[in-house]
Parts: sequence; C-alpha cells; structure tokens
Amino acid sequence: MRTVLTDVKKIMCTVRRAPHGSIYVQEGLEAALIVAAYGAEVSLVFMDDGVFALKRGQDTQELGTKGFAAAYGALMDHDIQCVLVDRHAMAVRGMTEADLLSIGQDAETGELRWPRVVEAGEIAALMAEQHSILSF
Amino acid sequence: MKIAVCIGEGPYNHEAADSAYHFIRAALDRGHQIQGIFFYHDGVHNVNALMEPPQDERHMANRWSALGATGIHIVACVTAAKRRGAMEQVAHVELAGLGQLAMMTIQADRLVCFGD
Repeated sequence: MRTVLTDVKKIMCTVRRAPHGSIYVQEGLEAALIVAAYGAEVSLVFMDDGVFALKRGQDTQELGTKGFAAAYGALMDHDIQCVLVDRHAMAVRGMTEADLLSIGQDAETGELRWPRVVEAGEIAALMAEQHSILSF
Repeated sequence: MKIAVCIGEGPYNHEAADSAYHFIRAALDRGHQIQGIFFYHDGVHNVNALMEPPQDERHMANRWSALGATGIHIVACVTAAKRRGAMEQVAHVELAGLGQLAMMTIQADRLVCFGD
C-alpha cells in the first residue's frame, strides 16, 4: 500500500550497531525501506559501530544467518538517495572508503552508487532538519 | 502534542517497555495525545497473550491491553512477531506491518523510541 502525502516528512534512520551480532540493523533496514515506501523522504546514516554494516565482502554463511545484503540493493528502488557514513567513525575503526560496499546502481546510467562519507557536523545539521529519527 | 512511541526491547529483561509505559501515562496526564504505539524487534513480546508472570508482579501485556482499551492504537510488527513465534496478542493490540510505524511517525508531531 502506498499512501500519497501532500506534506512530505523527512525521516532519518540511523544505524549505530554492528551488523550481525544482533537483529537491529537487519530490522532497521527493513523499517527504512517501508518508511520510504510510505512517502517519507528517508535518509540513512551509518555511524558508530554501524559503519561496519557498510563493509564490503560480508559473508554470513558460517554464522548460519541469511544476511541482509539484498536490502542495500533495494535502497535505490525505494528512492532512498541519501545514504551517509560518518568519516570519523570509519577512521577509528580502521575503515577507508575503499572498504565500503556499493548501495546499488543508478537506474538510468547503471553506474554503481556508494554511501557518501561525511563529517559529523553534516550529520548533525541534517538531523536538525528531520521530522523524526529512528535509531537502530 | 501528538506523540508516537516505538518500543524495541522485550518485557522484564529490559526497562525500555516500563519506561515507555510510564512516559505514555505521564504524557496522557499532561494532555498529550498518543498517536500510536509500535512494538518492534523483541518488543513484540510485550503484548504476548501467553505471558503469565507471578501474580505479585506487574503483568506487562495486560497493562498494554488496558491502554489499548482506552482507544490508543497499539501495533506489534507482524514480521518481527512471526520471526519470534509471538503471534497471539492480548486484546486491543493489532498485529500489522511496518507501514503502521511509518504512518504513525509521519502523522505524529514527535516519535519517541525506547530501547538500547
């Protein structure tokens, strides 16, 4: 069901936990997709241990879990354009931009899309514009 | 003010649902409106009809049911509940999709989340 809203609300979903030790990130991404499907302007921000959720080459096979890499591919389908990752959180965890996974392809050009690495100040400014923030 | 509440931790094990309950009661006492209450993650266990705590303890599911009986829209996430086998809810609680969380968040003035 898709509801058309005249007043588009900005809703941010933050991912702050590591990806596979608990279900928060998986269920959080599910929530972000649905909130976007209901017409909100969703931004998705990875910070703290959540930056690990964007590490490329994740393989959950030996954990015996399904993993949720498919959710990233669905971000573009749900028009979630704003996917940010906190530069400082990456740095203190030894991650560089080369470690990031792609978040899908541009529908028209087929070009790979990537999370945008930003400073904490930019995240804070964006938070201040939000109607609501969901934290996972 | 219209307030939506999301609860992401289970009963008894964690204080999130108790904090949410007391927050909601206080907000109602002050004349605010609760747009809806959404249980997500392990939070879906809070409204499990099968819980049977010792009689001298608070019955958390019945407490939510009583709030629901006053007309407050209370929803447990169906996907989260199915994962956890928590498909029998107390009265006045609806089992529905994440779209309900989206709608109550969009329609409320504030969303307040309780969890870790």
